[in-house]
Amino acid sequence: MSSYPLLSLAIWIPIAAGFVVLATGGDRNAALARRIALAGATLGFLVTLPLYVGFDTTSGAMQFKEVHAWIPHFNAYYRLGVDGISLLFVLLNSFVTVLAVLAGWRSAQERAAQYHAAFLIMSGLVNGIFSALDGFLFYVFFEASLIPLYLIIGVWGGPRRVYAAIKFFLYTLAGSLLFLVSILYLLIRSGSFAILDWHLLPLALHEQIWLFIAFFIAFAVKVPMFPLHTWLPDAHVEAPTGGSVVLAAIALKLGAYGFARFSLPIAPDAAHFFSWPMIALSLVAVFYIGFVALAQTDMKKLVAYSSISHMGFVTLGFFMFSAFSIEGALVQMISHGFVSAAMFLCIGVLYDRMHSRQIADYGGVADSMPRFAAFFMLFAMANAGLPATSGFVGEFMVILAAVQFKFWVAFIAASTLILGAAYTLWMYGRVIFMAVANDAVRALTDISRREFLILALLALCVLGMGLYPHAFTRVMHVSVNDLLQHLAVQKY
Amino acid sequence: MFENFVVPNLWPAAPEIFLLFMAGLILLVDLGARSPRRGATFLLTYATLALSALLTLWYAAKVLMPSAPDELARVVLTFHNMFIADLLGSFLKALVCLAVLTSLVYSRRYLEERDSIPRGEYCVLALFATLGMLVMISANHFLSLYLGLELLSLSLCALTALQRDNVAAGEAAMKYFVLGALASGMLLYGMSMIYGATGSLEITEVAEQARLMHRTRMDKTVLVFGLVFLVAGLAFKLGVVPFHMWLPDVYHGAPTSVTLLIAAAPKLAALAMMIRLLVGGLFTLSADWQSMLMLLAALSMGLGNFVAIAQRNIKRMLAWSAIAHMGFMLLGLASGAGRNSSRQTVLEAYTASLFYMVTYVLATLAIFGLILLLSRRGFESDELEDFRGLSQRSPWFAAMMLILMLSLAGIPFFVGFVAKFAVLEAVVFSGHYWLAVLAVFFSLVGAFFYLRVIWIMYFDKANENASPIEASFADKTLLSVNSVLVAAIGIFPQFLLGACGYVLARSF
Repeated sequence: MSSYPLLSLAIWIPIAAGFVVLATGGDRNAALARRIALAGATLGFLVTLPLYVGFDTTSGAMQFKEVHAWIPHFNAYYRLGVDGISLLFVLLNSFVTVLAVLAGWRSAQERAAQYHAAFLIMSGLVNGIFSALDGFLFYVFFEASLIPLYLIIGVWGGPRRVYAAIKFFLYTLAGSLLFLVSILYLLIRSGSFAILDWHLLPLALHEQIWLFIAFFIAFAVKVPMFPLHTWLPDAHVEAPTGGSVVLAAIALKLGAYGFARFSLPIAPDAAHFFSWPMIALSLVAVFYIGFVALAQTDMKKLVAYSSISHMGFVTLGFFMFSAFSIEGALVQMISHGFVSAAMFLCIGVLYDRMHSRQIADYGGVADSMPRFAAFFMLFAMANAGLPATSGFVGEFMVILAAVQFKFWVAFIAASTLILGAAYTLWMYGRVIFMAVANDAVRALTDISRREFLILALLALCVLGMGLYPHAFTRVMHVSVNDLLQHLAVQKY
Repeated sequence: MFENFVVPNLWPAAPEIFLLFMAGLILLVDLGARSPRRGATFLLTYATLALSALLTLWYAAKVLMPSAPDELARVVLTFHNMFIADLLGSFLKALVCLAVLTSLVYSRRYLEERDSIPRGEYCVLALFATLGMLVMISANHFLSLYLGLELLSLSLCALTALQRDNVAAGEAAMKYFVLGALASGMLLYGMSMIYGATGSLEITEVAEQARLMHRTRMDKTVLVFGLVFLVAGLAFKLGVVPFHMWLPDVYHGAPTSVTLLIAAAPKLAALAMMIRLLVGGLFTLSADWQSMLMLLAALSMGLGNFVAIAQRNIKRMLAWSAIAHMGFMLLGLASGAGRNSSRQTVLEAYTASLFYMVTYVLATLAIFGLILLLSRRGFESDELEDFRGLSQRSPWFAAMMLILMLSLAGIPFFVGFVAKFAVLEAVVFSGHYWLAVLAVFFSLVGAFFYLRVIWIMYFDKANENASPIEASFADKTLLSVNSVLVAAIGIFPQFLLGACGYVLARSF
């Protein structure tokens, strides 16, 4: 184990780099700003690698812990640490930030420094969320992360960006405010903000139910679960490519992570109490939103709905309470981080050239962009859950767990294999194959070296995770078993 | 003939005496000043305020601070117990002086560009208003309290009306005067009732008598009756619903520099008055006044946040937001004594309110400072439209405004969040969960109009003819320090929270 404060570095290097980028000033120094941003993001990713290498997979305890007094008046500490559940998200987030910076290289011409700074600051804050072990610290990071994304959508977004940005902000803020009251309640009950103390706190069933509802509202908005999902398509459609990538790959994971870190261990009995409604909502997301995705004519909207559908698998996995289902859910989260990022980046590649996201404006792109078509094919297959891609692993694990749980749950969940293939491949076919739609498509140029690099990195991740998922699941086992033990014991 | 006359201890009142002397002196100096810019007058005023703050702190450090950690802080009474000097008072007095000083620095260029405002008188009236606030804060007697309050109100009223060719300002001054007089009437009526019930005008004596009445189970009807009027009068001065009607008009009508004077420092004095009367004087009746304050708080947060959404003028919007914030601040005072409370938790609740007020004043100073900076000769930059595309015209000021708006909205890493958190903690601890949920809901409503300012600055394109902002180095530095403090205290609030808790614990 390293003695460096690795988690602090993972949080504060990107944020510091963000402020340095801001200091480069206006658009005159855009090239410099981009380089510093890339260096900061890469450095931020590199410091997270020792976390994976040095992680002790035989222990379910928090590792790389850091504890410092912060606000004694509130009894709030600067407490960091990761376990098998959160570790991979820190890595995922830092990795995706590098991609997001690269993706904005050309497309963000206006106010480039501010654009990249927003991504870097966001990245640091999100690492803070995943590694905070103090309720106050978690909340601070959780809410502060809204600010950069609000600005990213609002400043560099599409024509209805103001509406989308404010809807995004108010929806998530509304969710998290009840969460604030519940962490205050937990503070008073336990006398501390330490999340690990809260896991052990005995709570009566009615208390757990209230807490669960407050947590549910906060995290279900973020996931997003049906019926609290309506902000997501708007936000995705209006956000710039990098914004969509971060939103889909990272921000959605915060909600699901919240379930794993707060709802399940703090209110396990309420989680059992509410498991059926939760499973029902998850299945609605998988099945109904899958159909909604089928009806989309806008590529980004389609991928946005497919994200909701895929996140339905995650919540489904969490609330079946078996080792396989929860690990499947976590794998699905990571995989979705890669695949949705890749899908939005592919759409961004097209949008940068054509300035349209309508499926109807495309057709026959394979003729002019063969290399791009190959990458897009891989990611579309992963989105549809083809074996040997990362998309398959998580879905398969969750469906397998569902068969053990209840057959008809597995039956509805498995419909995603058909629906996912239908909407993804239908879109892919109409955009990439068929006759060349118009002169603009004929004149398209294939991907640049920078774009190739981004897509190739993601393709490696998608295939690597599909072929050797053990590299990801090995860190989870012990922590997931600990979580299940929490869930098995009655707290009152 | 003079054998009964004892010279009172003048040291506790040294800042007030110094301020009064200097105000008179500056009035005379200003007579001789020839330059229309009145540089000397301004500099003397700044020096006076800074020295008053230093004098207050010096006295607090020298006399009031306990020499050993476990020793109790000293409280000095003088002028036949009409005047009190304690740590709470010293803390607030120093802050008031600094707040007025900052306000005047921000206002200077604004005043120089408007010839219809006489600058010398402006400074002197601001000093008199400060004197009023200091007297209010140090009052231990209903009469001295009232004296300070009226000195403050009349000075501010005259300041509002100082721009004689401004009709809106005249109207605002009239409203301020008439409604202020009404509030003073209520306050006096309440005080007379309390005098009737306890036989004293001295706050410490009133507290003693009220405790006695409580212990001997005497009928407290008259006392509670007086309390109702007292709370109504205080609510008027603080500007909480349903006694808020004057606030939006005065904020909007007064010249922006005067709005800043009204919006910032007097809030500290009003809180001091509230703490002295309710906590210091009538703590025995806390069950009664807490429920009154809760009602006032809930109404203010509700109405203030909703009506602010409809405003197009930023000064008016900030007035409604002030109403909402005062409501939130009252929640802390309202949830002190109650179920499972101890001295410690009561103090924490009041600490939350004090911290809330101090940080609110800090943010308000910077916001109005920015509005003053954006306004030009003959042009008030007080419509929301005037902020359109500010992030392109001057990214630095837009970033400062971003910090301030997010702070007022209560988003983390900014001090507004810590303040809201502290108050909510007190509310949840007192067991009023519904009130906490309500407060949280109204904050969400409030977040909308703060976010709207951000979207106007960042998401909208700047007007064609908009010019970049030019500001003097001093203005720019002070404003930046002020705004960055809002963020810095948000990240490291312990020092200020600790200071607020300390002065309260050592004063009661």
